[in-house]
Parts: sequence; C-alpha cells; structure tokens
Amino acid sequence: MIEVNGLTKHYGAKVAVQDLSFTAPAGVVTGFLGPNGAGKSTTMRLILGLDRPTAGSSTINGKAYADLTSPLREVGAMLEARAIHTGRSGYNHLLALAQTQGIGRSRVDEVLDIVGLKDVAKKRVGGFSMGMGQRLGIAAALLGDPRVVVLDEPANGLDPEGIRWIRNLLKGLADDGRTVFLSSHLMSEMQQTADHLVVIGKGRLIADTTMAAFVAQASGDAPVRVRAADPTALAEKLRTAQATVETTADGALQVLGLKSERIGEIAAAARLVLHELTPLQVSLEEAFMDVTHESVEYQTDKVPAA
Amino acid sequence: MSALAENAAMRSVEPAADVTLARVIRSEWTKLWSLRSTRWSLFIAVLAQIGIGLLFAAITMAHWNQLNFFQRLAFHSIDRSVAGYHLAQLAIGVLGVLVISGEYGTGQIRSSLLAVPKRLPVLWAKLIVFAAVTFVLILISALIGFFGAQAIFTQHHVNVAIGAPNALRTVIGAALYLTATAVICTALGTIIRSTAGAISAYVGLLFVLPGVVALLPTSIDNSISPYLPINAGTTVASAINTGSGVSSTWGGFAVYCGYAALLVVIAAVLLKRRDA
Repeated sequence: MIEVNGLTKHYGAKVAVQDLSFTAPAGVVTGFLGPNGAGKSTTMRLILGLDRPTAGSSTINGKAYADLTSPLREVGAMLEARAIHTGRSGYNHLLALAQTQGIGRSRVDEVLDIVGLKDVAKKRVGGFSMGMGQRLGIAAALLGDPRVVVLDEPANGLDPEGIRWIRNLLKGLADDGRTVFLSSHLMSEMQQTADHLVVIGKGRLIADTTMAAFVAQASGDAPVRVRAADPTALAEKLRTAQATVETTADGALQVLGLKSERIGEIAAAARLVLHELTPLQVSLEEAFMDVTHESVEYQTDKVPAA
Repeated sequence: MSALAENAAMRSVEPAADVTLARVIRSEWTKLWSLRSTRWSLFIAVLAQIGIGLLFAAITMAHWNQLNFFQRLAFHSIDRSVAGYHLAQLAIGVLGVLVISGEYGTGQIRSSLLAVPKRLPVLWAKLIVFAAVTFVLILISALIGFFGAQAIFTQHHVNVAIGAPNALRTVIGAALYLTATAVICTALGTIIRSTAGAISAYVGLLFVLPGVVALLPTSIDNSISPYLPINAGTTVASAINTGSGVSSTWGGFAVYCGYAALLVVIAAVLLKRRDA
C-alpha cells in the first residue's frame, strides 16, 4: 500500500504538487491520471525518495522509501523509460542493480526471460528500440519480486501486443495481492487495466475513487437513449416532464434531464411501448476531460473544427 | 495468481539481504568494467604511464652525446622514468568524472539511487572502487616503466636501482598522485553532474590556474604557487625534494589530499541533499 499525506513540492516559485493526499491500496491496480504538467512524475519521484518534498510525506507499506533496507525487494519502480546507462548491456545493468542487495544472477536471467529480452541481454542498451528499453525498465522493476510496483507510463513505446502483455502482467500482480500504481496517458488502456483511480490537476487532487464510481459520476447527467413504437407521442410526454428531447438520425430519442427509471415510468403510465432504454455511459476519456478541463496546464486557445 | 504473475514472482527463493557498502562496492565494480569507456580510458592511462617513460628514456639516450654538462646534471633517472603520469592523469581524470557524470547524463543515477536510497554508499563505493583500480593499475605500470626506463639508461650508465634513495617512493608516489586525482575528479563529477562542466573544472583547476597565477607579481606567485593543486600533488611523484613545508614531499601531497577531502565532503552533502 502506498500512502501519500499532504505531499507538497515547490520548484522555486513553481508549484508542482500541492497538499496531495491519497492511498493506493494493495490488491488492485491504481491508475494515476492527470494532464501534462499536472505533477504525476513529480509525485512518483517524491514517493520514491528521488526528490525531497517541500512538505508532507509518503510511505510504502508504512515506511518512507529512504528507510527501506532492501528497497528493490519491496518496491519495483520504473520512472522514465531510460534511466539506464546506454553503454552497458541490459544484463549488466540488471546485475549491477541486483548486486546492491544480494539478488542472484539466476533472478537476472529470470526477469530477462519474463520481459522477453533474453536474446538481446548482452547487447548494449544504446541500440535498443523504445519498446525494448521499456521492457528492460519493467525487468528492473520486477527484479526484487516486490510487493509494490510503481510505473510511470509503462505502455509508452510498446506495440499492441506489448500493451496487452503489460496489462495482463499488472492485473496478475494485483490479483496476487500486490500494490500496482501506474500513470498512463492512454485512457482506453487505463479503463481496461485500473480498478482504482487517483486524478490530479495542477498538482492538486481531483479524485481518489474507484474506476466505476468515477465514470458513473461523470455519467450522471449523460443522456438516455430511447426507442419507442410511437416516438412522437413519447417525446411529447417527456417534454411535459421538463426533459430535453432530440431525435437522432436513426429515429431514436436522446433524452436529457431525466433518469432512465423515470422515463420508463412515464412510458408505462402513458401505455407507450419501449423498444430500447439505455443510459449512455461516458468513457473514461470523456470523464477525465470533463473533470480536468479546468486544470489543464498547457491549453490551446481554440480547438480547430474537425 | 495468473501465469504471468507467477512467472514474475521470484522462483528461486533467496534470503532477504539488505543493502550494504560491500554489496554496493560489488555493484560499482560491475558497473565500472561493463563500460567500454572505462576499458579504453584505463588502457590509455596504462599505456601513457609505461610508454611515455620508455619513449623519453630512449630519446634522451639517443641524444645523450649532444647534451652539455648542465643538461646532463639536470637529468634525473628516477623522475624521467615515471614521467608518464603527466599524460596518464588526463585519462584518469576524465574517467573519474565519467564514473558519476555518465550516470547523470543518461538518467542511470535514478536507477542507482532507487536501489540505494541512502545515497552515500553509492558515492563511497564509486570512490573506493575507482581509487583502488587506479592505484593498482598505475603502480604496476609505474613499476614496469621504471624498470624499463632504467634498462634503457644503462646505455650511458645513468640508471639507478629501485633500492636507490627515493626511487621506490617516487614510483609509489606517481600512483598515489593519480589515485588522489581520481578521487578529486569523481567528487567534481558528483558536484557538477555534467561531464563537460566537470572536465572543464578539472582542467581549469589543475592546468589553467597555474598559468593564470604566473601572471601575478612574483612575490604573490611564489607564495601561492606551492598550494596550487598540481604543484602540491606532484611533490610525491618526484625524487627531487624541493623544499620544506608545503613544498616538501609529503607536505605537498597532504595539501592535495586536503583538496580531495574537501571536494568529497561537498560532493557527499550535495548528493544527499539535492533532488536526483
């Protein structure tokens, strides 16, 4: 479990993270979302003891990162993909990390095998593609068989097969009772992977909730799609109930301002036949855009017409 | 547990082992030798330390008959045989900087500090490994250079034995000077973090500063000059004892070690305090 309490980081006058508190529980995948410049990477660096917080603290399984006596066994982290000396082979990079806490060579071979880099293990990292670099970063994170995994944009540079691979890997780790904390720009990917969400904007917490609740909340005033045997009559009844009704191209009604339950009741009272009654859910992407709209750091003035 | 997660788990169960200085030293040993730049720099340092002494010995012997009395008097068999350190120090200095600045340049430092969050063991291990490698390699090279050069000096019977006064001390001194230089450069690399910046600082302090100080009025120059890093550091690598105090063999080297210690302290404080 990762606990963040009142974490604050200022770089000079610039506020990167402000009074941030949240929890990433064990046994689930926690997605960490925010627009560019929201402070995701800074927060991860603070959790991992690379940056010193201006105020506040964070703990991993109850301990500050700097107090971990065998950190790679407790936390596996991948920050930016290339935190690796390009002149060294992948094998030697992992070996040097493993040796700091007495992890054996057999484990180095094992993680290279897990991420599929066995054949290029002795090649210099400088010649790696982005996807290979990413896999090596993941291998380093798995080296100590840690209880907590922290990954910054793990899907970056991976092909679709690689993305599916990492999704299954992370879900498997969470099912095993581990804490998985990851950031990603890929909303559809996050929607498929994460169970819990922490959303930040301009360094502040926007939401700390489950994926289902986050999407449901944003879907609260989403329209309901209705198809009826007599759409004109139904539209008439719904408008009387203060709803906004539009007819879509395929003849269905798009109803705003009434819940699906209420629409069903109105139809039943008027003895009108319904063919379809669907509350439209927004995607994570739409929910995210909606919630973070105010806190986008680098906003374009106008969205060009499509 | 899914098949993938089962794979990810550690199959070979190992007893938990904490981060210790000895383990970080082993890690830094692996890091040092797994880079091409290390092997090249050390090869050049060894080649320079042995080769320059032998080359100059051969040239001097070939021109011995043209040298006048005073030139022959100024000739020193011991100092001449270890002269290779003048060139070897550049290779050692650059590598000393790269040992840490290479990590900052590539982002590797963050991987290193994630594994060793106390941070200081990384610096101690780098200093210990690189200083030990430098001392051993340069000592062996200086010994080879000494015996090789003396063999050449037999042509005009100006050779000395390793048992001669100051001979062994000078050979060891060359290795000590380069070892302290290694420490200074790794500390500079830690403080400045950029390769170009740290190498500039090293070259500036060691080789440019004396030229600037020489422009000062003689009385000031004379009082500052012995304290300049290169003048203080090289007293131990010369059989000719030029003076007392800071100009003496061990006095000068002690000043040089003082500079090294000061830079290491600054490097340690900054490494511990700064954001990585």
